Amino acid sequence: MLVQALFYLFGTILVLSALGVISARNPVYSALALVMCFVTSAAIWLLIEAEFLAVVLVLVYVGAVMVLFLFVVMMLDINLAELRQGFTRFAWLGWLTALAVIVEIAGVVWAKGGLGVDASHGATPTAADYSNTLALGEVLYTEYAYPLELAAMLLLVAIVAAIALTMRRRAGLKRQDVDAQVAVRAADRLRIVKMDPEQGP
Amino acid sequence: MNPHVLLAIPLLPLLAAIVAGLFGRYIGRVGAHLITIAGVAVSCALSVGVLRDSLAGRVPTYDGAVYTWLVSDGMSMQVGFLVDRLTAMMMAVVTFVSLCVHVYTIGYMRDDPGYTRFFSYISLFTFSMLMLVMANNFMQLFFGWEAVGVVSYLLIGFWYTRPSAIFANLKAFIVNRIGDFGFVLGIAGVAYFTHSMRYADAFAAAPQIAQSFIPLSSAYAAPALTLICICLFIGAMGKSAQVPLHVWLPDSMEGPTPISALIHAATMVTAGIFMVARMSPLFEYSEGALSFVLVIGATTAFFMGLLGVVNNDIKRVIAYSTLSQLGYMTVALGVSAYSAGMFHLMTHAFFKALLFLAAGSVIIGMHHEQDMRKMGGLAKYMPITAVTCWIGALALIGTPFFSGFYSKDAIIEAVGESHRWGAGYAYWCVLLGVFVTALYTFRMLFLTFHGPERFRAAHAAEHHHHGHAPAEEPGHEAHGGTPHESPWVVTLPLIALAIPSVLIGALTVGAVLFGGYFGPSIFVLPANDVLGRVGEEFGGAAQTALRGFLAPPFWLALAGVVTAWVFFLWRPQLADAAARRFGGLRRLLTHKYYFDWFNEHVIAALTRGIGVGLWKGGDEALIDGALVNGTAMGVGWFGSVLRRVQSGYLYSYAFWMMIGLALLLGWFLAHA
Amino acid sequence: MISLAQLLTLSAIVFSVAVAGIFLNRKNVILLLMCVELLLLAANFNFIAFSRYLGDLNGQVFVFFILTVAAAESAIGLAILVVLFRERRSINVEDLNTLKG
Repeated sequence: MLVQALFYLFGTILVLSALGVISARNPVYSALALVMCFVTSAAIWLLIEAEFLAVVLVLVYVGAVMVLFLFVVMMLDINLAELRQGFTRFAWLGWLTALAVIVEIAGVVWAKGGLGVDASHGATPTAADYSNTLALGEVLYTEYAYPLELAAMLLLVAIVAAIALTMRRRAGLKRQDVDAQVAVRAADRLRIVKMDPEQGP
Repeated sequence: MNPHVLLAIPLLPLLAAIVAGLFGRYIGRVGAHLITIAGVAVSCALSVGVLRDSLAGRVPTYDGAVYTWLVSDGMSMQVGFLVDRLTAMMMAVVTFVSLCVHVYTIGYMRDDPGYTRFFSYISLFTFSMLMLVMANNFMQLFFGWEAVGVVSYLLIGFWYTRPSAIFANLKAFIVNRIGDFGFVLGIAGVAYFTHSMRYADAFAAAPQIAQSFIPLSSAYAAPALTLICICLFIGAMGKSAQVPLHVWLPDSMEGPTPISALIHAATMVTAGIFMVARMSPLFEYSEGALSFVLVIGATTAFFMGLLGVVNNDIKRVIAYSTLSQLGYMTVALGVSAYSAGMFHLMTHAFFKALLFLAAGSVIIGMHHEQDMRKMGGLAKYMPITAVTCWIGALALIGTPFFSGFYSKDAIIEAVGESHRWGAGYAYWCVLLGVFVTALYTFRMLFLTFHGPERFRAAHAAEHHHHGHAPAEEPGHEAHGGTPHESPWVVTLPLIALAIPSVLIGALTVGAVLFGGYFGPSIFVLPANDVLGRVGEEFGGAAQTALRGFLAPPFWLALAGVVTAWVFFLWRPQLADAAARRFGGLRRLLTHKYYFDWFNEHVIAALTRGIGVGLWKGGDEALIDGALVNGTAMGVGWFGSVLRRVQSGYLYSYAFWMMIGLALLLGWFLAHA
Repeated sequence: MISLAQLLTLSAIVFSVAVAGIFLNRKNVILLLMCVELLLLAANFNFIAFSRYLGDLNGQVFVFFILTVAAAESAIGLAILVVLFRERRSINVEDLNTLKG
């Protein structure tokens, strides 16, 4: 009962935040609304006993990705006055389509046997000492060890790509050129001159 | 008969034609005429030999294939020869007349730049005609048929820089093609029933075909043999210039006179007559087809003769005479008197070729003037021409003892004996035709060779018109334009042709007409054997001739001669008065019964109209405009519409994706 | 207990809002990227719901990887955005139409 109420509460906030994301004028407000979405999602996931992922969502998504978004939004010198508030001529069609999709999916989901499973009941309750983290860990480091490593590689590649895309060189800036340093030869730096030893007085 | 000899007969002129045609420049004029005359002369000698053998009955009829060209669906197309008495007679006539014309051409075309080309063409013609008459199957017959049409086209348009000549040769070829269309249908009909091209198979199957029917529509099925024979005869109508496909023959006088003699008097135009005679085993079983032949022939015989009375071009008068005499031959075929038709073909070949060559001689003498109103009194300047022309004319009108009498009289009597539908009409046509023939023939004679010398006045008028420097005018001789006799190369053939014109009738009539000369080549059902009934009273050539003086045709001919003398020699003013009195009739005749007007303004205009319509409407508007350009423009238009989807904006792409997703979901849901 | 249907419906709503946001967006590209994050969130919702209700842990593992990929992708997306801004001096969606056919 309480669970249901909490679910409806968090669900409502989630939907409203999502609407806020797309309708906010200021992009900073949009980003903040998106943060709200994630947080409420995490809350709902907790309700479903997927606590590890809920925490990861907050840590990674909100903590890293959304912060990055805010960085970029604030870094780009966006002229707020330029942002035109223009809804298209076909806005009604867009809303209609979205509504249609929702109705269709809901229709499938709520129909008896529409999904092949009975979707109207709750999940089987888990044991009292069920730990989502433990369960996930058991699977991740055994069965999915290889995809885990690949995901790590992916992140590495993303870093490199992001840097490579945005890196710019400013003229007149003194920098070390490691390639040149490594490729230097002794003859470029040192010149040995043959001299007679000095005479005494 | 040795097949090699038979093969040599058509091939020698072909070889000569090829050499003269392709290498004329290298062998020169003399070389060209020598080789072609040699080819035709040898052919003629061999043909006469074949004829002699055939008459003596020494060698049986030869019917065999020399070379198989192709075999298709069981039907084989062969080069084969059927040499019986009918063929032998035709071969001899063709090669003899061709030889005469070859010799004649040496003199006639002396000044012409296309000398070697002309000899090549007439030898080629000889080859084609021989292939036609010697054929033993329909395919070769058709080959020869078309080949003579092509060579006729080439020769009519020999002076190809003249627009009138080009008009004439196209007209000849096209009208011939219309006839050939019917001919091909006839051959197809025969092949349909017998599944073979050979004559022998067709003749054997004739009684059965006569019982069959060909469905023409859902309601009506025509008797097969009648339909086939009429189609075959349509081919003959084109080639032998029967009404209404006769319109090309007068125009064909645009060609040089030697070919008018060779092709349009003696040989090509007789191909149709020959073909019907050869097909007598087929035609005999079809009363309908024979009546058709009879009526067409009779109409041609009489009405074409009338046109000769008002024409002023010497060659055209003789051309109309040819048309009329072809009508006589066709009438003979129509009453099942095939032998009479072939006999008249033979005699006519001689005297008509003679008349044409004589006209040619006159034309040379008059420096290529052809209008009879500018001639007159030439008998004293061109005696040999005049005498031979008189002989030809007497033969033509059917004077007893001359060759034309025997053949014409036989035809008239045969028509009189026949009870076929249309025979009554035909009898009046051929009888009155005798009067008309005499009238135009002697009109021609009197205007050309007798009476006042109108050419002096004509020359004076011309001198007056082209006043200065008459010596520079081509064709004006230094002696002031008096005509003179033609050289021996011209007059020798005239004499050579005059002799058979007189004698051959009397010599051969008994054998040919009543003695069963043609034997099995010509098939006549006993019920139709009118010639047999005529022959019951035959008592020899001399007796026939003497009796001929008492018969109606002779009196009609005499009346014609007298009328011509009165109107054109004694009192020429009467001719003008009559012309004014009967103005309407005269106009009808000078416009040739409006056949040409109809062809040019209705049929040709209609065809041109359809062509232009199809061009503008079908080709330009429909195919080019709607289909080709239209599809291109359609694709372009469609592309311009579709292009707007590529807006470049990400959100619109996402929008369309979303809509697509919604629709897809909806579709899956509906079909779940 | 929260039923599967409820979770799925909620995720569908979030998904549709996010897509509507993509094509109703005339303002800026950052909003586009944020809507993409929302889409991924909705997908994650579905995965977790099914994983929980079918008792199969693979769904949650998949969410783990989706989170990783989403992070990487948003990093690179923002990097591109930064470069774009440097070049065009504008992040207005309507100015980005050089792919126009």
